[in-house]
Amino acid sequence: MERVPILKIGDILLVSIQVDMSDQTAVQLQEDLAERIVATGCHGVVIDITALDIVDSFVGRMLSTIASISKVLDAETVVVGMRPAVAITLVELGLSLHGIRTALNVERGMELIASARADEYAENLDAEPDAETTASP
Amino acid sequence: MTTGLELGQPQAQAIHSDEDVVRVRQLVRTVAVAVKLSLVDQTKLVTAASELARNTLVYGGGGTVEVATVDNGRRRGVRIIFADTGPGIPDLDLALTDGYTTGGGLGLGLSGARRLVDEFDIRTAPDAGTTVTVIKWSR
Repeated sequence: MERVPILKIGDILLVSIQVDMSDQTAVQLQEDLAERIVATGCHGVVIDITALDIVDSFVGRMLSTIASISKVLDAETVVVGMRPAVAITLVELGLSLHGIRTALNVERGMELIASARADEYAENLDAEPDAETTASP
Repeated sequence: MTTGLELGQPQAQAIHSDEDVVRVRQLVRTVAVAVKLSLVDQTKLVTAASELARNTLVYGGGGTVEVATVDNGRRRGVRIIFADTGPGIPDLDLALTDGYTTGGGLGLGLSGARRLVDEFDIRTAPDAGTTVTVIKWSR
């Protein structure tokens, strides 16, 4: 079984999927990423799918699951590089990629994570004085 | 459905592992390119084939796929037949409903694949397996 490599760049884990993944490879990637997020303490995951010529329901679900797992482990996930034909097909298939942030390329994906982290930090500062008493809506 | 006239020898591929599902995608892609489907149509067909091949493996317990180039007199197309000898589908209408699943997936495989192709035919009977035939025509 092939394994998708995970690269660490600063505070971000970069996954560039270059192979036509079997379902087992996709599940393995999910597990590997969760482990790497915890091991490195990274706060962002960028998944580059430029090389994927299809995203079916299994891979779509894997992307959603990775985003959810990352969130629980305090990391943001951005999927980048989706081909136009893949986007058209995904919509027709009925897959909404719930909870997934997207960007056009790796650079914008990394910017998106940086700004999301900055926003979150600012919000935490604002909320700090009465954080205990203010319940979120 | 109009099945069209078969051109050349169909290509067969067994489906017994998830590596075989990858091979089905590659085979369908090759034939779709040869028939000169547009890039979007290739993508739709390969995606549909991936869903159906996975169904054959997961629900049908494995089976075979046959990919052929067909001609209906006006257009050429790619016809794919997925066949398994598994338990069959007890309630076909339910199985074709978006979001219905017995396998823990998203329930989009069968219904989604049907939307991605031009012709879709499914034959199933309890304990007699399931055969799904799809065609995508060139524009």
